[in-house]
This record gives sequence, C-alpha cells and structure tokens, in this order.
Amino acid sequence: MEGLLGLNADFSVRREGFRLDLKLSIPPGRTVALLGPNGAGKTTAVNVLSGLLAIDQGRIELVGAVLDDPGAGVFVPPEARRVGVVFQDYLLFSHLSVEENVAFGLRSRGMSKESSRTRAGEWLERMGLLDLARRKPGQLSGGQAQRVALARALVTEPDLLLLDEPLSALDVSTRVQLRRGLAEHLEQFTGPRLLITHDPTEAFLLADEIHVIENGTITQAGSADDIRLRPRTHYVADLAGSNLFLASAHNRAVDVHGHQLQIADDFEGDVLVTIRPSAISLHQHRPEGSPRNAWLTTIELIEHLGERVRLRTGPPLPLTVEITESAVVELSLSEGKEVWVAIKATEIGVEPE
Amino acid sequence: MAASRMVVVALCALTLAACTPSVNGELLVSAASSLTDAFADVETAFEAANPEVDVVMNFGSSSSLREQIIEGAPVDVFASANTSNMDQVVEAGEVDGGEIFVTNLLQIAVPVGNPAGIVGLEDFANEELLIGFCAEAVPCGDFGRQALENAGVTPAIDTNEPDVRALLTKIEAGELDAGITYVTDVLSSDGAVEGVEIPGEFNVVAEYPIAALVNAPNPDAAGAFVEFVLSDEGQSILASYGFSSP
Amino acid sequence: MKPARGTGGPPVLLIILGISGLAVFALPLAGLLARTPWAKLGSLLTGDVVTDALGLSLLTSLAATAIAAIIGVPLAWLLARVDFPGRTIARGLVTLPLVLPPVVGGAALLFAFGRRGLFGQPLNEATGLLLPFSVWGVILANTFVAAPFLVITVEGALRNLDQRYEGAAATLGASRWTLLRRVTLPMIGPSLVAGLVLTWARALGEFGATITFAGNLQGRTQTLPLAVFVALESDRDAAIALSLVMVAVSLTVLVALRERWWKGF
Repeated sequence: MEGLLGLNADFSVRREGFRLDLKLSIPPGRTVALLGPNGAGKTTAVNVLSGLLAIDQGRIELVGAVLDDPGAGVFVPPEARRVGVVFQDYLLFSHLSVEENVAFGLRSRGMSKESSRTRAGEWLERMGLLDLARRKPGQLSGGQAQRVALARALVTEPDLLLLDEPLSALDVSTRVQLRRGLAEHLEQFTGPRLLITHDPTEAFLLADEIHVIENGTITQAGSADDIRLRPRTHYVADLAGSNLFLASAHNRAVDVHGHQLQIADDFEGDVLVTIRPSAISLHQHRPEGSPRNAWLTTIELIEHLGERVRLRTGPPLPLTVEITESAVVELSLSEGKEVWVAIKATEIGVEPE
Repeated sequence: MAASRMVVVALCALTLAACTPSVNGELLVSAASSLTDAFADVETAFEAANPEVDVVMNFGSSSSLREQIIEGAPVDVFASANTSNMDQVVEAGEVDGGEIFVTNLLQIAVPVGNPAGIVGLEDFANEELLIGFCAEAVPCGDFGRQALENAGVTPAIDTNEPDVRALLTKIEAGELDAGITYVTDVLSSDGAVEGVEIPGEFNVVAEYPIAALVNAPNPDAAGAFVEFVLSDEGQSILASYGFSSP
Repeated sequence: MKPARGTGGPPVLLIILGISGLAVFALPLAGLLARTPWAKLGSLLTGDVVTDALGLSLLTSLAATAIAAIIGVPLAWLLARVDFPGRTIARGLVTLPLVLPPVVGGAALLFAFGRRGLFGQPLNEATGLLLPFSVWGVILANTFVAAPFLVITVEGALRNLDQRYEGAAATLGASRWTLLRRVTLPMIGPSLVAGLVLTWARALGEFGATITFAGNLQGRTQTLPLAVFVALESDRDAAIALSLVMVAVSLTVLVALRERWWKGF
C-alpha cells in the first residue's frame, strides 16, 4: 500500500451545515497541495489532521499508527500527535521571544530548559535566525516570522508537516522571494508534507501533487500539468487559465517545455512564466508585424462563457485563450480547426523562480 | 419671634373663621435616629395642625447630624440625643441654645428569647459573647460606656455600630448577643428585640435637647415645630414611645 | 496638540464640559487638602487608629484580591469558554455586586454567613468559625464586592483572545495546563493585571458591605474607610489624616501601575 509510512487519511467531518470529505495519501518526502478557494474546507482539513477537530467518519493514519477512527473509538489529541503545523498568520506567541517560541514544543514535551535551548538554537541557525533569538515576534518581518513558525513546527521532528497558507500573510514582492526559500526548507523535512493554499502558483511550484478542493470535496487531483491541461471544473479551469509555466530563461528568450518564447527583458535561469488568456490573439493566417511569438496549432476545446469564449489550443505549447464571441464567428473557429497563435513579447510575464 | 407668633395667634382669635395657617413651606428637621418612630408621629400631628407646612425628617446619629449642620446644611430644627452634640452646635454659632424636651433611659437589648442568657451589665465583660455598642461619638455609645463605667465593667466589645438603628438590626438578626440601647428603642421594636433592665444606680439619663437653628431657612415653621414638640400634644406623643418629660 | 486642518479644533462646548468633568474629581480633593491640619499631621498619622486601619486595609484588600484571583480566573474561564446551561444567569450573578448597594450586599452576606445565617449557622456549629465581626468577614465582604471587576475583565479578555493560539500550543505538545499557564494567561496578562488592580482598588475603598457584615472594631474590622467614617464624627483632623492616607496609597499604586501596565487601556 502506498505511503504506509506517510499519511493515509479518508474521512468526513460535519460542521454547522458544512461537510468536508477528504481522501489523501502522502508518502514521506512528498508535498501535496490542497488547492481551493476560501471556504472550501482547507483550514478544517488542517484542524482535523492536527487533532483540533475530531472526524465523524473514516480513519486517519500516520506512520502506521491510527490518529483518529471514530468507528474504533480512537482519537489521539493534538498534544499527543506528532504533527507540525505552520499556521496561517503563523500564530507566534507574542509574549515569548523567538527562541522561546521555537523551544516551546520541546519544553511542552518535557525536554529540559537547557537542552531545548540548545536544540532551538540549532534550528535558528539552520534557518538563519540566530541573530533574532531574543526578539519578540512583533519585531519580525513577515519573512522572518514565517521562518520562525517553520522552525517551531520542525524542531519537534514531527511525522507530518502541515502548512496552512504559509505565504498569504506576506506582501507580493516578498512572497516571490520567500517561496524559493520555503521550497528549500521543505526539502529538509523528510516526512509527508501538506500545503494548504488558494494560490495556484504556490501549489504548482511547491507541490509534487495537487488536490483541488471545492465545497468540501476533492474535485480533481494530479500533477500540475494534469490540473492545468485537463481542468474538470470551472474553478480549476479558471486557475489553469492563467497559463502558468516553469521555464528556463536565457537573455531575452525562455524555454517552455522545449518551446522557445521571446520575452521583453533579460533573464537568466529558472523563471516562472505567465500569459494572460486575453493577451493571446488568434489568426487565420500567419500574423504580420510585431508579434515575434507565433505558431500554428489546432483548437482542442471551445467553451462558451457568455460574452467570452475560452479555448484550449494543442501542441507545441498548450494554452488557454480567451476571445470574444464575435471573434469566434469571424474566424469561424471550431474544435479541431487549425489556427495561428500570436503573443507579444511584452505580454509575457516573467519572474525569477 | 415667639412674640410675633403671639400676635398672629391673637389675630386669629380676633378674626376667628377667616384664620389662615400662620406658617408654611418646607421644614427640614434633623433628629437623632432614636427618635425615628416617635418623630414620624410628631410630624403627622404637626402637619395636621399646620397643613401648609411640609416637614422633611432627616434621621441619623446625633454626631453626624451635628457635622452636617456645622458644615452648613440648610436645617431648620435640630433634635439631638445628648447635650454634648447640641453644645457643639451652639459653640459653632448655629443655635442660641437648646431646650431639653424629653429624657430617655438605657436598656440592654437582646435577641428574642435572650439566647445568651444576659442578665445584666456584668455579662458585657464576657469574651465569649458577641457584644455590640454604638460608636463612641454617638450618644448611645457615650451613655452606654458611662453606664458600664458606673457598674465597673470593662466590656469586651466586638463592634461599634455607626448608630443605634444599625446596632438594633444586628441584635434583631441574632448576630449580636447584646447591646446597650434606649428603653424607647426596645419598646418601639414591637418585640423584635427584648430588653434587660439596667439598675437605676448605673443607668444614665439621656437628655434630648431641641432647638431651631439661627440660620433656619424657614424660621417661623422651625419655631412652631419646637413649640409643638414642647406642647402637651407633642409630649403625649413622645410619652407613648417611652420617652419621659424632662 | 494641533487639531487637524479644517476641523477647527475641539469644540468649545466639549472643552467646557470636559473641564467640568475634571472639576468633579479634582474639587473634592482640593477641599480635603484645604482642611488638612498640616502641622499636626505627623502625630495624627502615627496614631494607633491610623496605623491599625492602614495595616488592616492593606491586609484585607490584598487578601481579597488574592482570593479573587484564585477563584475569579477559573470562573471567568468557565463563563468565557464553557457553554453550560444557565451561563447567562451565572454571568448576571457575577455582575450583581457591581450594581447592588454595598449595604445590601453586606446584609445579604449576614443572612448567608452570619451566626444565624443560612450557611453561617451550620458552618459555625461544625467548625466554630464565625465570619461576622472578624477579619475573615472583612475579607469576604471585600471579595464579594470587588471580585466581579476581575471576573468581568478577565472574561472579556478570554473572549477576545484568538483561540487559534491555544490550538497552536496544543499541536506543539502542550497539555491543557501547560497551554493555560504558558499561553492563555500570559496572553491575557494586561487584562489580568488591570482586573487585579481594579479589584484591589475597590476592596481598599469598600465600606458599606464591610460595616454591615463585619462590623466596626479598631484593629479587627475597622478598615480605613470605616475609620474615616467614625472619625468624621469624633475627630475631624484624624478623619482628614486618614483620608489623606487613602488618597496617597491609592494614587501611588494606580499611577505606578498605569505607567507600567495600563498603557494600552
């Protein structure tokens, strides 16, 4: 059975007119993202797995031990579970110093003051936080607070790591920077990892596998490409519609899945490429003039969304395109038909990964 | 002042049927709390005789009433439960001189059934019993201590209550075994407390002086009230509550 | 203090009413100071009535505050966190001493814990303990009147506390006691201190319930407020001296604590 040493959860829980059904298996060393809109039940999932909320039906197993099984009358309380959580907003204890925050879990589990300080110090060093040991959480930047929260969760060497929106408390500019750091820190944790997020970029970049959650149920699960290329719900389609790619850049060009795209600025190395669906134009013949990115492809899917129409194009670079209803008529587009795709270099968003 | 009222009375006598009440307005009487029940009756009778007057009674310990007057409270009449408080008001120039209108005797008050078996002042030395007194500045506290001194008893006091009513309340509730109050208090309690006599040789005669204030806001009514208290009608009301005429 | 441009500064009416408000608090104090016999203050303050009353007041007010902390914090926690039947009524009962005239509270205590009281009688018969006219009576009266300040302040703080922090502590392995001690109480620390200070201040000034329930005897039950009340009728100068002691003690503690703890209030 997959992930006998990881997390195996299959449960349902009801709360005031809301019901969450979740089936998850995460093997050690793997990151699964639970991606969904607000109110989909993501935080409920965190509470259930960490033991703050008991399930009504089903079973949760971690490293072969049962954590929650109402049928068998088993429930392990949060303090007895080995689950590390990085909470949304981090929830650092404002009255304790950074060091005391990190040592909290060790002290709570009965470690002596001295040894817990030493251990906390090791983690602070690993996270580059040693200088901030005496500070109070109120004196930290968002990124520093995030690393403290991560150190606090990892210092007790948990069997499962839960990250609830670890980047949403940060402003946009630091988010990009910290995402990379977070990916590195996640690598250090060898157990199963569950990332809760509403941000597809975060899920695509940090997770090996994405579970899309809507209204308390998983609507689609798979790799980033599965989700992006074969969306099964409107929500997923909207997410995937953002045309998000990991690519490598060199000078003013990026390589996306072996396909070269011209971009407006100089970049080097791994980058994240985004193309807005409405920034892509379709033509019956090879377009003339400025767009340097143009290729012939076929229409794979046409979806009517009122005034607008969403299309999916085929190889070499599958894209989601949004155009007006009248443009569809004008170009007499239909599924299977050949069409030219054109994108201006200035319309391609590039940020370092 | 008395003379002018005599003139009014004379005029009334002359005009007979057309006689209107000579005094009116509000009259503030500050009276010792041991007078509470008796003066309520006096008020009713006085207002019946002088329908234009509205008597407002302010009861309290004589010492606190004294302080209020010296601090300038707009009082018309002061009825104290001892002469020393009246003397201090005279000294302060608020009153020309008080007139003794009744006397009162002390009595030991005990809860109904006398559970502690109090027989006399000598019991007040018993540490085992809960003994209450009025505070020293209050007349009943002052007189009570004099009586014990007369009897040569050193009391084992457990509380000094702010006035005689507070003391009686705690005796009534059975929280205290005994306390020294006035004969009139025991009588007017309607059986809520019982009395134990204090022999005449130890007892203290409390003299109650009354006076209209020099700066009384309503001097005419004040004079009329004092006169009424001293009259036969006033004295008979007070006697019915156990007070003696001086 | 510069008013924002365009607002024209604070309205005149507001200034007049505000200053009148300050006068209500300041003028009585001025009256007290004007009557103070400064020359003989020293000898008055060292008199045994003053020292007895001051010692007793400090002892009983601090004891009442300690008891309020021991029973009041758990009560506040129950009211804030446990949804039990009759919680609204329980909350009302806690608030009652705040609106009840203290004399009524004292009378109620007498009927409950007096020698002939509902609980006082069996207590007295079983243990010989008698609360009225004793130091314990003063402490009980103080606690009854003052502890609601603590309960209400702490309950409010517990309700406002983000309970996710306690959840975070639990996932870090903290037992319920540990998280109460190391997370919940420290996080409501400022409110807890404010509640304790209010309770202590109320207990220090307690008069009505004390004199009604515990009586008035120098050295045993005569606290500062009682001593002031009695002295007002017998020895005015002593009363003023006692009042000054109360003002000085209260002001010192309140100002000191405000500087240190109440910044956010």
